[in-house]
Order: sequence, then structure tokens, then C-alpha cells
Amino acid sequence: MIAELIAAFLKIALVLGTISLVVAYLTYLERKIIGHIQMRMGPMRVGWHGLLQPIADGLKLFLKEDIIPSKADKIVFVIAPIMVLVPAFVVYSVLPFDENFYITQVNVGLFLVLAVSSLGVFGIVMAGWASNSKYSLLGAFRSAAQMLSYEIFLGFSLIGPLMLAGSLNFQNIVRAQADVWFIFYQPLAFIVFFIAALAETNRIPFDLPEAETELVAGFHTEYSGMKFAFFFLAEYANIMAVSTVGIAVFFGGWGGIDAIPLPGIVWYLMKMAVMIFVFIWIRATLPRYRYDQLMRVGWKFMFPLAILNIFVTGLVKFLFL
Amino acid sequence: MELLFFYMFSAGIIGASLLMVTRANVIHAALLLVLTFFFMSGIFILAGAEFLAVVQVLLYAGGIMVLYLFSIMLMNVEVSVRLRQYHRQSFFAVAASLILIFEVWTVLGRGGSYPAFKGFSWQLGATPGNVEALGSVLYTKYLFPFEVASILLLAAMIGAIVLAKRTIDR
Repeated sequence: MIAELIAAFLKIALVLGTISLVVAYLTYLERKIIGHIQMRMGPMRVGWHGLLQPIADGLKLFLKEDIIPSKADKIVFVIAPIMVLVPAFVVYSVLPFDENFYITQVNVGLFLVLAVSSLGVFGIVMAGWASNSKYSLLGAFRSAAQMLSYEIFLGFSLIGPLMLAGSLNFQNIVRAQADVWFIFYQPLAFIVFFIAALAETNRIPFDLPEAETELVAGFHTEYSGMKFAFFFLAEYANIMAVSTVGIAVFFGGWGGIDAIPLPGIVWYLMKMAVMIFVFIWIRATLPRYRYDQLMRVGWKFMFPLAILNIFVTGLVKFLFL
Repeated sequence: MELLFFYMFSAGIIGASLLMVTRANVIHAALLLVLTFFFMSGIFILAGAEFLAVVQVLLYAGGIMVLYLFSIMLMNVEVSVRLRQYHRQSFFAVAASLILIFEVWTVLGRGGSYPAFKGFSWQLGATPGNVEALGSVLYTKYLFPFEVASILLLAAMIGAIVLAKRTIDR
């Protein structure tokens, strides 16, 4: 009992520590990649090729004055960044990293991830409202509408692969892909999933909640110092979590090519690196959607596609499997 | 251990709901309601209903409450804070609560004698989790009520859209 608890705490500490560190360096990676895509160098001054930049940024944010607007609702204002960060980290409790390395596995794993990640919107809405600023409130509204809609497509796009796997448990889903990854059976589902994932993490074609040009950074306009950093930590933690879900459901999790014997965790990290690169690449490439376009794409294009995918999967499964 | 968690969640539910009904600020009340849902899903997990627990969080906390907050935030909260909170209705409130407590007590007291509760149990040993059990029961034994509920919800959804659309017709 005690030994189990200690092992669990060690695992949690390892995963959380790694994620916090990787998230800090994702900001560096993002600036570097976007820099090179735009024929710039990116951060170069702190350390070799700017490698110490995230630490300098962290220090700066940590030492910065923490401003709470006088008209803000203080309690909600302080809780909001925590409400964004906590769900982003809690989802890692059931995500699969390797065959034998996970914090825990539950029968409703995938469903739990969807439920917990849907809570992140609360923090954003709370932040927008508590700031008592029109820009923040508008950002919060957009975010609530966007995340509510795209959550539905995210969930629906995963139903097809789930029907093939026959389980909500991540370990079983990955084991079901031992021979063929689900991306080959469910390409349409993956496209819908990826677009919905971009919207869920408020990434660029869908970053309306924080649109700098019109909303002055939206829901976190009034935040500074560590509270501001929390929103960014949560965004990158969410990207990694959603990539992990995508890898587990569509790309065979820790499984790799049999001819090259590598540990599962290495395969997983390689796939993760590719996914994150694509996320950043898209940010450097695409312009932002307009709000009504966002809703139209969601409900008139993605939603029917997701339903169609479920229907076809069910039909094929019923007829041929 | 389980008992400890049960009391923790129960205390959370009671505390959060008490705070919820006494807050003058509607947004605070809504957020406390979300907290209550969390603790309730904790109780569901303790009862072995993991699917129900996740649905509780996904639908009530993640879906419905976001919509509530969405509409509440459009109101002028400053005004509502200054309004009088109690309307001298404590007599009716107490009477209604007593009736409710009596009803719950009688129902729970004879729970065993209802045919719906009797002879119906998950075979937890046979299936690894209750997701599969719930799915198969919903689509076999309770298919008809399930479909009726779905059609009712669909009709309500279409009705809501029709009602909402009429006002902005230009």
C-alpha cells in the first residue's frame, strides 16, 4: 500500500516535472521554428543559439510585478489561471506513454481525457469575466462558444477508431493497433480530430479568443507575471496532451516498426516531436479564421463529416467484420 | 480509505451547495455549482459508476454550466449583487424542504420493494468495466426508452432553433 503510493507519487512527479520542463522549451522551439520559417534566426542572445532563453523568460515572468486590476473580481481573477492549468495537467494521469509506463489506466480513459480537457474553458471564461474588461469578456465569449462546438467534433471524430478498438481504455486502444495503425482505417476521422484539436488548444487558425490584432490578447489582457505564464504553460501542456491522444488513437501509441527495435517510449517521443512540429508549422503558415467562418466550418462541414465517418465505420464493421 | 473519501466528497457537496445558495454574486454561485458537480462525480466513482462520473463532468460541468455562465455573464452582475437576497419566504422554503425530506426518506426506506431496483445488478465480475455493460443494456433491454428520449431531445433541439430563429428574421 505505502510502497504503491510512493511509486505513484514518484511517477506523477516524474511526469509533471518532465512536462513542465518540456513546455518551457516548447516556447523556445516555437520561436525558433517560426523564426526559421520566416527566414529569421529566432532567439540567439541568451546561451548558445538562445538555448537558455526559456529560463530567462521564466525568471522574468517570476520576478515581474503581479498586477490585479482594481475593478477585478479578485478571487475569481486569482483562481482562473489555476483552473486553466490544473485540467491541462490532470489529463496526463491516464495518458499512455509506454506499454508499462503510465500513471494509471482506467476503463473510461479516453472519455476522462475529453471530460477533463473540456474544463479548461472554465478558466478562460473566469479569466475573461473577472478581468472586468470588454476585450477580455469578448475573448471569453468567443472561447466558450468555440470550445463548446469543437469539443463535440473532437468527441465524435474519436468514435470511429473507438468502434474499431472496442474499448475506452488507452492501453487496449493502442494494443488494437499492433498490426495496422488506425490512421489507415480512419483518415477522415483523423482530419476532423486534428482540426478540432487545433481549435481546442486555441491555436492559430482558431486562436480567436486571444486574437492580438482585434482583442489585445483577449482573455488574458489583464494578466501579468506568473498568472500570465500559467496560461501559456496550460496551452503547451494541452498541445502535448492532445498530441498524445492523437498518437494513441491514430498512430499506434508506443508501437513502432518491428524491423527497428527501439523502446516504446522512444517511438512515442518521436511521434510526439512530429505532431508538435506540425502544430507549430501550421501556426507559421495559416491566417486566422473570422468568427462566423469558424462556426460555419465547424457545424456545416466538420460535424456532418464526423457523423458520416461514424456511419460508414458502423456499416463496414457490420457488413465485413 | 473509501469511507474517508466518501465523507470528504459529501462534505464538499454540502459545503459547496450551501455556499452556492448564499452567494449574492450569480457568477460565484454558478462556479460553486460546478464544484458541487465535481464532488458528485467523485461519489459516482466511489459507487463504481465511472462512466456516470465522467458523463457528469463532461455534460454538466463542461457543457451545461459553460452555457449557463455564458448567459449569466451577459447580465449586469453589479446590480444583482445589490438586490435584496431574501424575500421572506422562509416559511414556504422550510415546508417544501420538509416535504421533500419526507419523500426521499419514504422512497429510500422501501427502496428494496420496487421492482425496478430489484433483481437488477451489474455482473461486475463478468465485464471488466461498466461501460460495456451500460452500452449493451442501453441498446438491448432499454432500447425503446433510450430511443424515445433521443427523439424527445431532438424535437426539443429543433424547437429551440425554430423559436430562436424567428426573432432575428430579416
